[in-house]
Amino acid sequence: MEMLVEALMSILTFKGLITILVGVTAGLFIGALPGLTATMALAVLLPFTFTMDALQGLMALGAVYMGAIYGGAFTAILINTPGTPSSIATCFDGYPMARQGRAYEALAAATIASVVGGIVGVSFLLLLAPPLARLAVVFGPAEMFWVAMLGLTLVASLSSGSLLKGLMGGCIGILLSTIGVSPIGGETRFIYGIPALQGGITLIVALIGLFVVPEVLSMAAQGRGALPESGKLEGGVGGAIRKMGRHIFLKPVNLIRSCIIGQIIAIIPGAGGNVTSLVAYNEAKRFSGKPESFGKGNVDGVVASESSNNVMVAGSMVPLLTLGIPGAPPDAIILGVLLMHGLRPGLDLFTETGVLTNGFILSMGFAALFLLPVGLLGGRLIHRVVVKTPYYFLLPSITMVTILGTYALRNSFLDVGLMLLLGTLGYFLRLIGLYAAPIVLGMILGIIAEKGYVQTMLISIADPIPWLGLVENPLSKVLVVLVVLSAATSLLPAWLERSGRMAKANPDKTGSDKGSREEESKP
Amino acid sequence: MKIAATQWVGSLSLLVALGMPGVAFAEYPEQPITYTIPFDPGGESDITARFQEPHLEEILGVNVNVTHRPGGGGAVGWSEFQNSAEPTGYELIGVNIPHIIAQPIMRTNAGYETDNWKIVMFYHFTPNALIVPQDSPFKTLDDLVAYAKENPEAVTLGGSGTYSANHLGVLRLEREAGIDVTYIPFTGTGPLPAAVQGGHVSGIFNYSMLGVQMEDTARVLAVASEERVPAMPDVPTFKELGYDLVGGAYRGVAVPKGTPEEVVTKLEKAFTEANKRITEKQEPLGFVMTYITDEEVDKVIQQLKTAYQPILEDAEAQ
Repeated sequence: MEMLVEALMSILTFKGLITILVGVTAGLFIGALPGLTATMALAVLLPFTFTMDALQGLMALGAVYMGAIYGGAFTAILINTPGTPSSIATCFDGYPMARQGRAYEALAAATIASVVGGIVGVSFLLLLAPPLARLAVVFGPAEMFWVAMLGLTLVASLSSGSLLKGLMGGCIGILLSTIGVSPIGGETRFIYGIPALQGGITLIVALIGLFVVPEVLSMAAQGRGALPESGKLEGGVGGAIRKMGRHIFLKPVNLIRSCIIGQIIAIIPGAGGNVTSLVAYNEAKRFSGKPESFGKGNVDGVVASESSNNVMVAGSMVPLLTLGIPGAPPDAIILGVLLMHGLRPGLDLFTETGVLTNGFILSMGFAALFLLPVGLLGGRLIHRVVVKTPYYFLLPSITMVTILGTYALRNSFLDVGLMLLLGTLGYFLRLIGLYAAPIVLGMILGIIAEKGYVQTMLISIADPIPWLGLVENPLSKVLVVLVVLSAATSLLPAWLERSGRMAKANPDKTGSDKGSREEESKP
Repeated sequence: MKIAATQWVGSLSLLVALGMPGVAFAEYPEQPITYTIPFDPGGESDITARFQEPHLEEILGVNVNVTHRPGGGGAVGWSEFQNSAEPTGYELIGVNIPHIIAQPIMRTNAGYETDNWKIVMFYHFTPNALIVPQDSPFKTLDDLVAYAKENPEAVTLGGSGTYSANHLGVLRLEREAGIDVTYIPFTGTGPLPAAVQGGHVSGIFNYSMLGVQMEDTARVLAVASEERVPAMPDVPTFKELGYDLVGGAYRGVAVPKGTPEEVVTKLEKAFTEANKRITEKQEPLGFVMTYITDEEVDKVIQQLKTAYQPILEDAEAQ
C-alpha cells in the first residue's frame, strides 16, 4: 500500500503527467495510421526512452501502447480500415455507423469503451496479477489448437450472408498464412525461389491490402468520400457523448462481458488484441437480443471490440510482469526495456522494485483516463478532416499513407507489392461476396492452430495414439465442448430455417428488414 | 638549412592536410551508419544492439541507426544484405551462429551464403542451458539421461526454432548421451517460460539468459559453455558432468565483402570498446562476452561447421 502511494506520488508530477499525455497522443496518431501498429509505435519510440530513467521510460511506453491500440479505432470507423490489427472488429459496426452519419457517436462509444477497458485492465493487473498468471501457463499447445478452432467458428458469424463464402474466405486466409518458413519444422513453403518470401505475408500487410485497397477502389469507382458530408450531429458533440455514455452504462452487460473476455484472452500467450476483439465482438453478437442488427451499425459491436482490446493492454502485462511471458506482441518490447534496465520479471518486480512496477501499472491507468480528452478532441479533428476533404484529395492521401506504412513495417518493397496485389485481389473477391474479415481471421488463427497441432503431435509422439494428446487435459476437453457449442449456435438457426420451419424464421426476418430500413432512413 | 627543413615539413604537412579528403575512408566514418538487425525488436539481438548504440555513437562520432528487417529466422535480412549492401562501412548487419551455418545447408534457397561477407566480430555468446520445471522428477542431468535411455522419445525438450542453436544442441546431446528425446520447436524464446511452468514439456533447451531469468521458477540442470556462466555460478557445465557439449548462439556484426581493411579495423575497435562498456549490464543477464575477430572468426565458423555438418546432413537425409 505504501508502495502504491509512493508510486502514485512519482506519477503525479508535472514531468510524469506530461510524459503520459505526450505518449498517449503520439500513440494515438501512430495507431490511427494504417500499417503503423502498436508494436511499431513502441519500437520507434524506444530510443527516446533511453535518455529517461526507468520509470519515466516505462510510463512513456505504456502510454504509447494504450494510445496506439485505441487510435486504431479512428481509421476503422472513419475509413473502414483497422489502424492496428486490434481494431479489425471495430470496422464491422463502426464503419456502417459512420456511413449513416453517426461517425461521431461511434467515436464517442469507442472512446468511452476504451477508457473503461483500459482502467479495468489496470485494475486486474494491480489486484489479481498472481492468480491470473497461473492461468497463463495452463494453455499448452493442445489448448492453443482448440482456442484457434474456437476462433475459427467466428467465420460463421462474420460471413454476412453465405456461410460457404465465409468458409472459402477462411480457407484462403489459412493458405496465405502458410507462405514462408513454417513455424514448426523450418522448411520453406510456397516461396517460388524468392528469398524475401521466406518472411511470409505478415498479417498487417494482408490487413491493409484487404481492407484499405478495396475500400479506396470502391470509393473511387463511386466517386464518393468515405462519409456523407451531411454528417450533422443531433444535439452537437456533447449530445453524442451523453447519448453513448447512457447507452453503454445503462446496459453494462455487454461492457462487462467484453472486459472479462478481453482479460482472459490477454493472458493467453500468443493471442493478441486482434483475437481479443474478434471474440468479444462475436459474443456480443451471440448474446444480443437482435444479432441481425450487427454489421449494420450496432454500437454494441464497437463497444465490445474497443473495450476488450484496451483491457488487453494492461491485461497482457499480467504474464509478462509475473512470469516474463509476453501476452501480446508489443509486450516483447516492454520485456526488452525491463531487461535493459536490469529488471527481471517475477515477484521481485512487485516487492523489491515495487514502486517502479506499481508506478508503471498506475501510469497505464492514467493513460487510459487521458484517452478521454485526447480522444474526443482528436476524434473531432480527424472526423472533420475526413468529412471535409473532397474524395479526390482524400483517396490519394489514404493510398500514400498506406504505402508508406506498409513499407515502414519491415523496410520492404516486397511487402508493398504484396499489399497492392492482395488489395486488388480483395476488391474482386469482395465483388463476388468474399469479404476481408474471414480471410484475415484465417490468417491469424491458421498459424496458431498449426503450431498447436504440430507441437501436440510431437509431444505425444511416444504415445500409442498421438492425436489423443489433443484432448488429454481437462481444459482441452472444455474447449472442445465450447467449439462444438459455438459452431452449433451459429449454424443451428440457419439449418432450422432451411429445414422447413420457415414459419418461425420468417417474421423475424421481416422484422429485421424493417429495422434496418428504419436505420437507413434516419440520416 | 634549418629554415629549409621547416619549410619542407610545413609544405609536406600542408600537402597531407589538403590531400586528406581525397584519400578514401581516411576520415571514416563521416556519415550515419545503418545497423540492421534481421530479427524482431525485443529479442536478444535487438537488446544488445540497443545497448551498443549510444557507445558506438560516442566512439565513432556519428549516428548509428538500428533498423529491423525480420523474417525467415534472419534469412530475409541476410539475403537482402548480401545482395544489395555497399562495402563502404556504412551498412552493418547483425549475424548469428548457427543460423548462418544451418540455414544455407537446410534450405533450398536461403538467398545468402555462410561466408559471403566480412564478419567484423562476434561480441558475445549465449550458451545453451537445459531447464526443467521446479517440480520435475529430474533433479540432475543424469536423472534425465537415465529416464530417456529407458523411455525413448518420451522426454520432450522445447526450444526456439528448428535447426537453431537449441535444436542442434539437443541433437548433439542425443549423440553424446546415446539417448532419444523429442525436440519441440517453439517460435522464439517468448513462449518457452510458459511451456516449462505449465509442464507442457519435460524441459527446455534454451539460452543461458532464460536460465537466469527463470532462476526462481525453474531448475537449470546444465549449461553448455566451457566454463560456468558468471550469472549462474551454481549451475554445472555439461563438460563437468562428462558430456562434451559446448554450444549455443554467437552474435556478431558483419560488413559486405570488399569493405576496406581500415574501416573494418575501425569498426572492430569500436565494437570491442562498446562491448567492454556494456559488459557490466549484459553479464548479469546471462551473456558471455567474447572478442572473436579476424582469423578467429573463421576458426570458430569452421569448428562449428564440422560439429554441425554431420548432424545437419543426417537430418536432411531423413
